[in-house]
Amino acid sequence: MRHSFYVYGTMKKNVIACLLLLCAIATGCSKNEDGYVPLTAEDGEQFSGGSSTVINATQEAFGFASATLSENDKIDFGVGNSLFRQSWVSAPSSTTARDGLGPYYNAVSCSNCHFKDGRGRPPAFDGELGKGLLLRLSMSGQDATGGSLGDPIYGHQLQDNAINGPIIKGQIGITYQIITETFDDGTTVQLQKPIYHINNPGYGNLADGLLISPRIANQIVGLGLLEAVPQATILSFADENDNNGDGISGRANYVYDRESNSQKMGRFGWKANQPSVKQQVAAAFSGDMGITSYLFPTETCPPGVDCGAIPNGGSPEITDINFNSVVLYSQTLSVPVRRNYKEQNVLRGKQIFGDLNCIACHRSKMQTGNEHPISGMRNQTIRPYTDLLLHDMGPALADNAPDFLASGSEWRTPALWGMGLVNTVNGHTKLMHDGRANNVTEAILWHGGEAEQAKQNFKKLSAKDRDDLLAFLNSL
Amino acid sequence: MKKLTLSLSLLAATGLLLAACSDDDTISNGPSEKAQVVANYADIVYQNYKDAYDDAVELETAINAFTAAPTAEKFAAAKTKWLDARETYGPTEAFRFANGPIDAEDGPEGLLNSWPLDEAYIDYVAGGTPTTGIINNTAEYPAITKQLLVTLNGADSEESVSVGYHAIEFLLWGQDLTAPAEDKPGLRSFEDYIDNGTTADNEARRRDYLNVCADLLTDHLDLMVQTWKPGGTYRSAFLRLNEDAALANILLGIITLSGSELPTERMSVALRNASQEDEHSCFSDNTHRDIALNLQGVINVYKGQYGNINGASLEDLITKANPTVAGTINSYVLSSTTKVSAILRPFDYAIAGGETSPEGIKVAAASSDIRSLSTQLLAGSAAIGITVNGIE
Repeated sequence: MRHSFYVYGTMKKNVIACLLLLCAIATGCSKNEDGYVPLTAEDGEQFSGGSSTVINATQEAFGFASATLSENDKIDFGVGNSLFRQSWVSAPSSTTARDGLGPYYNAVSCSNCHFKDGRGRPPAFDGELGKGLLLRLSMSGQDATGGSLGDPIYGHQLQDNAINGPIIKGQIGITYQIITETFDDGTTVQLQKPIYHINNPGYGNLADGLLISPRIANQIVGLGLLEAVPQATILSFADENDNNGDGISGRANYVYDRESNSQKMGRFGWKANQPSVKQQVAAAFSGDMGITSYLFPTETCPPGVDCGAIPNGGSPEITDINFNSVVLYSQTLSVPVRRNYKEQNVLRGKQIFGDLNCIACHRSKMQTGNEHPISGMRNQTIRPYTDLLLHDMGPALADNAPDFLASGSEWRTPALWGMGLVNTVNGHTKLMHDGRANNVTEAILWHGGEAEQAKQNFKKLSAKDRDDLLAFLNSL
Repeated sequence: MKKLTLSLSLLAATGLLLAACSDDDTISNGPSEKAQVVANYADIVYQNYKDAYDDAVELETAINAFTAAPTAEKFAAAKTKWLDARETYGPTEAFRFANGPIDAEDGPEGLLNSWPLDEAYIDYVAGGTPTTGIINNTAEYPAITKQLLVTLNGADSEESVSVGYHAIEFLLWGQDLTAPAEDKPGLRSFEDYIDNGTTADNEARRRDYLNVCADLLTDHLDLMVQTWKPGGTYRSAFLRLNEDAALANILLGIITLSGSELPTERMSVALRNASQEDEHSCFSDNTHRDIALNLQGVINVYKGQYGNINGASLEDLITKANPTVAGTINSYVLSSTTKVSAILRPFDYAIAGGETSPEGIKVAAASSDIRSLSTQLLAGSAAIGITVNGIE
């Protein structure tokens, strides 16, 4: 269903003067009756992405360039956009700019999983391919950079597809366990806990003790803005030892940065395992599509498969210029404006969000610094609803797979901006790292560990208060 | 929400207030100037889609005549009709990105003008196996029907295009395998459509495919004709919109087309990659017309002029509100049109040397002016109190 927000948004200007006047008169009557004081929004809070906010709530809402881009950057954005959407093909091919897919891959284009720059979902049935889920594989232990070790045969990621020729590494199978949660008012919700298997492994048995971590593709708005938040700001949100005794102990992940060959703070990825948009994009090209870049120049194959003998698309398969365009594209997608942000129920929901202390991790507001290479990202007030830190979310959500400093039960707080439009853009509302939550209510109910108290308090809310909270979350 | 109890006198007062607050010009005689602009736009949209439909009907006639008894002359005639049909379709792209019916979730845009397309999805390709594509896939697709081709459009990816202008273009011209400097488009043989011909297989299925595509083209254009005609569904809804909302949609369409889709997607990207793959009409080498026609579409909407229609326009509104901005818009209208005309034909030759070549520089200059036109149109919107994408 198309959201007709935009028409409403511009009508508001004419009508609002009247309504205010009406309210003024009406309030004069009702104030004596019940003392109701309307809640007010913060000035400018609807511009979640600062100057990189777009007024659009359609299926295209995640796909707009920041209005701050220079002309040259607009061209780069356009090139990056084409590359993001185009399908890669296996080598050799007459279309030399886009060959080199695989040999192993999860998807043939970025937009396969991040359709319209949005969110992927888990397979609807065993064997459904390319809808936005991959499996990270790891063994206990760490490599020289502090990262996890891969499966000796299958490496760090299961790609469930391959080009013609090589045997497919394996297929993703999911079984579900039902967990029932009950609200204080008696309403019940059935949560689905997914259990992942790798079926038909193509190169021998999976290692004993293999850890599997499913990850869905996240929406890509506002990434340059998140990148532009100063490290000191993020660290100011941290309280690793819970010194203030509020039960929240966010901490930063420190991860290996390839470009500088050093350790840097991580902030992207479900466990904050990527230090920059650039490395996230390069890792995705490599791991999800088998496209080499200057940051990930080597194809990897299971033992016994001669990667070098399989035709590739050049070295690297994506040129630096094209790669940089995709990075810029990924950094500068605008954040959609808040919808209905001034409605009383939304503002009440925002209040409840604070009262439940969701805001301790899903921090509402911060400033970007003055250092980002893209000038439009600098010195903006943004409202991403994340502290970009790791938090222990309890055993039910745990994948038991450490990732640099992140433990097996820690996850990075995801940004909530754009969440309310995922259904419009992608036709579903699969949330959490593996898309196990079918909607926002389920997502909240999956919160545990540091968020256990907030979750319990959520369950105590009346249906009306829950509705208001959801209205707020859907306005993001 | 709390119900507010109002006394009768308060209700009366409210009524007065609401009347006073309603749109400015309703007290005067007849529709406001903004409403006239909106109505004139609707006239232009309807007429343009009608013209595009009529041309598509002629294209279908020519294609049917060709497939009934293929000859070189009739093949050439069909191609001419395709090029003619693009002349009327091109300007209609100014009605896209406007929250309108052409590219609504269930709109026909993807079935009309999708590109780039994966040639192997439809038919054989040079250097590939001769049996690729729906046309040659007798096993999975025993019959080529309208429903089949519509279902298959976009089935695998954005490039799995099965129908529309460019599918027809590919069927009429084939891949452009010559060097850009030769100024030759695709050179598909008409014998691809003659039973027991030597140039390709499945000739009968190829004829069917071409006929079905031509039929679908008119069907899909007719959807726009019907919904935009006087009394049509969308036209009625459009005319009922608050006039600022309608103007915002109109402006959003032309600002988006001139701000990113045309100059970046269709010009800069192709130029930066120096790639024929990214050329809009790469089979027929007609991209220079696509560019000129898209720009003309933007100008038509801005000036409220199309064919015999010449009415209240955004130009009128903006000139009244801020003559300086209107002047700047017009100077970019002129300069972008001139620079687009200066681009070397064919387009794949103009971009062949990349951004730093003399011809490439002309493409970049034209796209830059088109972008500037978009920026000025945005300023013009602000001047008449309309907010279009981006923050206030």
